Amino acid sequence: MNLRLFLSVAGVWLCAATHAGEVTVAVAANFTAPMQKIAKAFEQDTGHKAQLAFGATGKFYAQIKHGAPFAVLLAADDETPARLEKEGLAVAGTRFTYATGRLALWSKQPNLVDDKGEVLRSNRFQKIAIADPKLAPYGAAAMEVIDKMGVQANVMPKLVQGESIGQTYQFVSTENAQLGFVALSQIWFDGRITQGSAWVVPQSLHTPLKQDAVLLNAGKDNPAAHALLKYLQSDAAKTIIRTHGYALDH
Amino acid sequence: MNLSSEDVQAIALTLQLASVTTVLLLLLATPVAWWLAHTRSAWRAPVASLVALPLVLPPTVLGFYLLVALGPNGPIGQFTQWAGWGTLAFSFWGLVLGSVIYSLPFAVQPLVNAFEAMGPRPMEVAATLRANKWDAFFTVAVPLAKPGFVMAAMLSFAHTVGEFGVVLMIGGNIPDKTRVVSTQIYGHVEAMAYSQAHGLAGVMLVFSFVVLLGLSWFNRRSHQRQKVGA
Repeated sequence: MNLRLFLSVAGVWLCAATHAGEVTVAVAANFTAPMQKIAKAFEQDTGHKAQLAFGATGKFYAQIKHGAPFAVLLAADDETPARLEKEGLAVAGTRFTYATGRLALWSKQPNLVDDKGEVLRSNRFQKIAIADPKLAPYGAAAMEVIDKMGVQANVMPKLVQGESIGQTYQFVSTENAQLGFVALSQIWFDGRITQGSAWVVPQSLHTPLKQDAVLLNAGKDNPAAHALLKYLQSDAAKTIIRTHGYALDH
Repeated sequence: MNLSSEDVQAIALTLQLASVTTVLLLLLATPVAWWLAHTRSAWRAPVASLVALPLVLPPTVLGFYLLVALGPNGPIGQFTQWAGWGTLAFSFWGLVLGSVIYSLPFAVQPLVNAFEAMGPRPMEVAATLRANKWDAFFTVAVPLAKPGFVMAAMLSFAHTVGEFGVVLMIGGNIPDKTRVVSTQIYGHVEAMAYSQAHGLAGVMLVFSFVVLLGLSWFNRRSHQRQKVGA
């Protein structure tokens, strides 16, 4: 390439880079849909670009521990960000709850799930899917609900586990399991369940599914990372988050 | 090494799954391989490609298609329900079906090679001696292709033991029914129980190495024998 052209292109690019930064974000898989919208709005409003990587929080934790270049983590729980902070991998004092997940008992069949979850006491299903309680917060919450309702005897023999809430959704969505505890965000849009029947589990039946964000060491001096964390707490972002079936208690 | 009772359960289930799969695969792969080795049909290439598909498809693709196909609205699910077996996802037999598809090329390919290496002569000679086709197949072809059968069995068994993606997607992680060694290791690693993961992973590593070592010894021996025979 012509050297002068190269320099001018590089110059323009560098100029742009000083104004508009870029931030690489690790995002919990259950937050995929709202985060894509938030990133778009964020870019329009601030000029900063957010590069999103979606996945399981536990995997992100292992990757961050081994030097993955994420600037921000939007976790599926509140323990992982706290642990990262304690281990000196995240910037102290930057944690906050960006969304609180809601649990739903869902079926693809239109009339199977009633609005009190009484179906769990019935014989109207052969298989019920939950996320692995050891690996996924939504799975642990589902186990709490099963315990609190006292339906272990009926439910446990029919239990199948997905390795993540995404796989749990697959099991129910392909109707290999007639029922399943999924994230409300997976089946909810704009105030309605998108298909089938569901019981939105009252939050009193399980530990709150707080999803925390944290600034990681790699993003300490990145203005775009700071801007994104601020943007997540803006009204624009909160509206998107609520539309997708998350609670916000702050 | 520390293996919990759940780990031991997973090992037992894995061996059971691999054994059943290997037996079924040999029964299924033999006629397919025989046909592939002898046919001049235009269907040979498409069928050979279909059989080899699991080699290149990511297990998640296989697992996803299986999950859809096994469901109550999928073709396999409709058949199994009609037959009165319910649906197969999250059951041992569902895993067997998945494993048979997943390991099919590992059973078919060594057999095709063995049948092709044999050439048409032995069967022709058997025919001139008035052996009927079945007789000739079992008394002439099978003994001649024995190294191929042994290799097919060992590879199918080992490959099924190492299966992960398909099981993860259609298994549902049920202890004693669908929780095999590979998914158990995955669970340990994800739950950050690294010392437990090490125990099982070590078992898996040693097993795989021994199988491959056995295969290469066996190969050398049967090659030498062929040379001596020739």
